[in-house]
Amino acid sequence: MMREEILTFIEKNSRADLKELAIILGTDEVTIANELAQMEKERVICGYHTLIDWDKTTMEKVTALIEVRVTPQRGEGFDKIAERIYKYPEVTSVYLISGPYDLMVILEGKSLRDVSMFVADKLSTLDQVVGTATHFILKKYKDHGTVMGQIKTDERMVITP
Amino acid sequence: MRNPLSQKITQIQPSGIRKFFDVVSEMPDAISLGVGEPDFDTPWHIRDEGIYSLEKGRTFYTSNAGLKELKIEIANYLRRKGNASYDPNREIMVTVGGSEAIDIALRAMLDPGDEVLIPQPSYVSYLPCTTLADGVPVLIELKEENEFRLTRQELLDAVTERTKVLVLPFPNNPTGAIMEREDLESIAEVVKKKDLFVISDEIYAELSYRGDHVSIASLPGMKERTILINGFSKAYAMTGWRLGYACAPPEILEQMLKIHQYAIMCAPTTSQYAAVEALKNGDEDVKMMRTAYNQRRRYLMNAFREMGLKCFEPYGAFYVFPCIKEFGMTSEEFANRFLAEEKVAVVPGTAFGDCGEGYIRISYAYSLEELKTALAKLSAFVGRLREERKK
Repeated sequence: MMREEILTFIEKNSRADLKELAIILGTDEVTIANELAQMEKERVICGYHTLIDWDKTTMEKVTALIEVRVTPQRGEGFDKIAERIYKYPEVTSVYLISGPYDLMVILEGKSLRDVSMFVADKLSTLDQVVGTATHFILKKYKDHGTVMGQIKTDERMVITP
Repeated sequence: MRNPLSQKITQIQPSGIRKFFDVVSEMPDAISLGVGEPDFDTPWHIRDEGIYSLEKGRTFYTSNAGLKELKIEIANYLRRKGNASYDPNREIMVTVGGSEAIDIALRAMLDPGDEVLIPQPSYVSYLPCTTLADGVPVLIELKEENEFRLTRQELLDAVTERTKVLVLPFPNNPTGAIMEREDLESIAEVVKKKDLFVISDEIYAELSYRGDHVSIASLPGMKERTILINGFSKAYAMTGWRLGYACAPPEILEQMLKIHQYAIMCAPTTSQYAAVEALKNGDEDVKMMRTAYNQRRRYLMNAFREMGLKCFEPYGAFYVFPCIKEFGMTSEEFANRFLAEEKVAVVPGTAFGDCGEGYIRISYAYSLEELKTALAKLSAFVGRLREERKK
């Protein structure tokens, strides 16, 4: 119960410190610290990241979703080929998916050419890969439950009974 | 020219909140902790149903008592929440917010001179609505030492032969007080013995942070004496949709419906369709919002402890009601100075009855970030006042 409460809260506010978490969740700092440490150890918590809209920076970044069809290997299923793909640092996510394709690979590169070359040279040439479909992301509207670039203003009347 | 106004209406005081609102509105950069409505948007799936009903052209009146489908969902909801069982055809009506329900319940029950017991501090409309219905408001001052709950003795002390109705506003705005089962049982006993009726305003029922809310109507022998009022504003963040409901014994509801029929016709149709969706698929949203309010409540209580500000711990609604008597000024002075010096607006406790003197209402229908900023200012202000007092 406490675990889910902690996780639900920090999923959206990972910068909250122990003291604040203890107050907000109605417990003490030791309990929170222990739970966090335990969940990190169990890899329930896999990291504390920051959600960035790179489009608003000078950094050049191109993101693509690549559907990959592969031949699963006996005894290994999809795991081995997935691992082969996720080892590349430019790959940010790999999911096993249902539907006509098997893997969804999310890739970040500096340019369209960068990403295209990765697909042509590295991905498509893997033995088990039988097909790919590359989709470049043109605009990110919402990510991790957050609408990009939206600042909500309070439109309520300032004092109401 | 003749005086166009009735004496009855001119003798009613404008809401104390109104005056303060005008002051705050003049200060565009003020931070407000004075809002009595959720900061969340209505959950999208609920709004979507409202939009869909418009697209389908459902822009006509509904029957006076409300959409049958909605009344059935209300009955299901109340049953699911451990309430008494209500017949959607004869015991439930849909109103324009809980506010309309309060008004028509009083109008349906009062004859001139009938006394209505109104515990205070409480929401601003019970008293004027009683007066407008020719009833006589009799105030009961709730005490901080009782956590602003209504006690059996307080009730007994206020009952006279003319007493007809008890207004029970819990979870309470502005104090955040709740009444738990045992509290209600001792009240119910007096109500039955003295042959009273209860208008139970349970608009904040879903926002209870210590166990589930209990309605007095669910206690033995109380359903036939209770007008249960609830709505969608607070639980589903639907204030602007203006939708509430009343559940009452058929003979009372029938008369309330008559007023509603002539004065209002029916509650907004779009809102009613959206409300069906809220009751069918909104439990998770309510839970999410309740959790968030509860976290803020804990945060506020801790901040008050840290700055040494006396405040009983409230377990309902989204208000805290800290005591400011140590500063030797009135609630209004405190609120005005706080606004002038720190540009933070809180509502003086006196806006909710004279016995709110010495308290301020702080709403936590704001994000944690906003609350943090405002609390830092409150802490600085309180510190400064204490320094002044020392001199």
